[in-house]
Amino acid sequence: METVCDAVQLDRILEKYQYDPGSIIAILQDTQEVYHYLPRCVFPYFSGKLGISEARIFSIATFYENFSLEPKGKYVIKVCDGTACHVRKSTAILDRLRSELGLSSSKKTTDDLLFTVETVSCLGACGLAPTLTVNDKVMGMMSPEKAAELLKELKEENADA
Amino acid sequence: MSRDFVMVDNIPVAIEGEKNLLSLIRKAGIELPTFCYHSELSVYGACRMCMVENKWGGMEAACSTPPKAGMVIYTNTPKLRRYRKMILELLLSNHCRDCTTCEKNGECKLQELAERFGIKRVRFQNTAEQPKLDDSSPCIVRDTNKCILCGDCVRMCNEVQNVGAIDFMSRGAKMTVSTAFHIPIAESNCVGCGQCAAVCPTGAIVVKKETENIWAAFNDKKTKVVVQIAPAVRVGLGGKLGQKAGEDLMGKIVAALKRMGADEVYDTATGADLTVMEEANEFLERLESGEDLPLFTSCCPAWIQYAEKKHPELLPNISTCRSPMEMFGSVLKEENKHSRRRTVVVAVMPCTAKKFEAARDEFKEDGVPYVDYVITTQELIQMIKESGIYFSELESEAIDMPFSGKSGAGVIFGVTGGVTEAVIRRLAEDKSNAELRSIAFNGVRGMQGVKETTVPYGERELKIAMVSGLKNAEDLIQRMKSGEAQYDFVEVMACPGGCVCGAGQPITDAEGKKKRGAGLYAADKMCSIKRSEENPVVMSLYSDLLKGKVHKLLHVDYQKGNR
Repeated sequence: METVCDAVQLDRILEKYQYDPGSIIAILQDTQEVYHYLPRCVFPYFSGKLGISEARIFSIATFYENFSLEPKGKYVIKVCDGTACHVRKSTAILDRLRSELGLSSSKKTTDDLLFTVETVSCLGACGLAPTLTVNDKVMGMMSPEKAAELLKELKEENADA
Repeated sequence: MSRDFVMVDNIPVAIEGEKNLLSLIRKAGIELPTFCYHSELSVYGACRMCMVENKWGGMEAACSTPPKAGMVIYTNTPKLRRYRKMILELLLSNHCRDCTTCEKNGECKLQELAERFGIKRVRFQNTAEQPKLDDSSPCIVRDTNKCILCGDCVRMCNEVQNVGAIDFMSRGAKMTVSTAFHIPIAESNCVGCGQCAAVCPTGAIVVKKETENIWAAFNDKKTKVVVQIAPAVRVGLGGKLGQKAGEDLMGKIVAALKRMGADEVYDTATGADLTVMEEANEFLERLESGEDLPLFTSCCPAWIQYAEKKHPELLPNISTCRSPMEMFGSVLKEENKHSRRRTVVVAVMPCTAKKFEAARDEFKEDGVPYVDYVITTQELIQMIKESGIYFSELESEAIDMPFSGKSGAGVIFGVTGGVTEAVIRRLAEDKSNAELRSIAFNGVRGMQGVKETTVPYGERELKIAMVSGLKNAEDLIQRMKSGEAQYDFVEVMACPGGCVCGAGQPITDAEGKKKRGAGLYAADKMCSIKRSEENPVVMSLYSDLLKGKVHKLLHVDYQKGNR
């Protein structure tokens, strides 16, 4: 299941930042954009090209919450648990999504790599609370039922594709 | 003379180029507590133990505040005492407190400061977890639960050694010092130099101990235990055993080992003499052919690992000579080949990486290592203490026959520049005492990390570089690659200052390290034989035991094992 890195693709990212070790955070962000997470193979690759130790790059990748070392699903669902969404019962939505998909707070991605369910502190769309995003597309005024419906639609969409 | 002063506890202290308040305060005779400050590392300012109070009641970390004229600071106020105690209590709240069974017992900075600040009770619930040991490496053992996150090891590994095997992982309460992907340290790019353990204030990184195996061998009547002692060891243990720091204590060490049960005790300097002979020959051959120059020395196993992992392209340039320990180990095994008892070779080394070297496949014959066990100077001290021997009252004893001869050249192997000086002594055509003195003052001595010298050879000048500390080695390699520098011979020692400052030695300060180096040069002076080729043991080995076996017993091919 481990992703095999595409050296050409990684080189393109490195070139964009002129192989500057100081841009490592941006480089990792761009890499995550490509793979939806940071595959293990990028660490030795970047270490060799940038002259930073693998341990240092891993240190940076584990410092920021935003970087993921686990593969993510095709659909990344982020349930907002900010104050406004929370008081409008976002927890019930999260629970429903997790139970539908057999996920938990520690297991965030389905085995078929279709769905990842995470929480996010605030999406800044409090007027639409409770909200969630599917691959950065915002959906407002959610309910547990609507969330279950959403999962069904996404599964169908995936089957059609 | 500077006219600028800082008022430290109402006493004026002159600013004399100190980079931070901490060194100024320590100069004034006040031992400010620190965990994360080491003068040779960058300033990190994490432990907050060195906080001082200014005249407005504000707090500043002395390690990261430059001294300015007119500053008024206090180092021992009720607020500061409360503050420091709180830090210690918080550190102890999730720290293992089984001091009696800790490797660092008696040497631990946390233990020392807790005692100094009278911490008798920790008000917080103890949240220490079960120890998570990483003992995958033959050199060091890591226990993350004893880590106080001072970052000394991380900075040592990155800044001084340029290895970068460990770093901070995650953040906040989950922060740990670990390897990339938390792989066992033995599988990382760690080179085993052990300098992380040398700066670790607690028991989070310690040198792996093998003393039990030595005791077992000493007590086994069917086993003949042959011990070899590295040059740096003799000047490393004085401070810890009631003797002068840096004093040459070889005679007492021999006596102690004999009392504990060693059958024969030898000096690795004899092995070093063999190394000088072989390495000088190899150097001359390469000069002749002009191939694979510069020649890099091969005595330091941490450097070998560094080259294997970071610069495999340099392996052809590294001398094929085994290290003195391994040369002597194979000679000792060969000598005892027909002995009725099983022979066990023990090496006492200032070094943690030697433990790894001894375990390498290259240094085994039919699966049996030439050197069975390596113990560090620290372990030897522990064994001497355990045995109850009054070290200071021991009468010195001579090393055993038939390998009792050594030269001063072999002795100085333990300090940066020593290998080079020994090789130059061998190569110099002029064998007068005046020449010997002029070699010594030609830039080979001193504790600096990078040294250069030139030696006339035929019609040309040989350019020689000596580096200690792997970051210095890396910089030199880069300068050579860019064409900025060019050398014929490069001596590399992984530990800054050379083997006398090895991680297996008791921890000391810059002054103590200098004394150890001086101790080796003094020991050289006391040797009647100054040059390796004049050592009669070496001569008789070549005409007898080594005949037809020089390559098999004294050389190694590190490239073969490399993918």
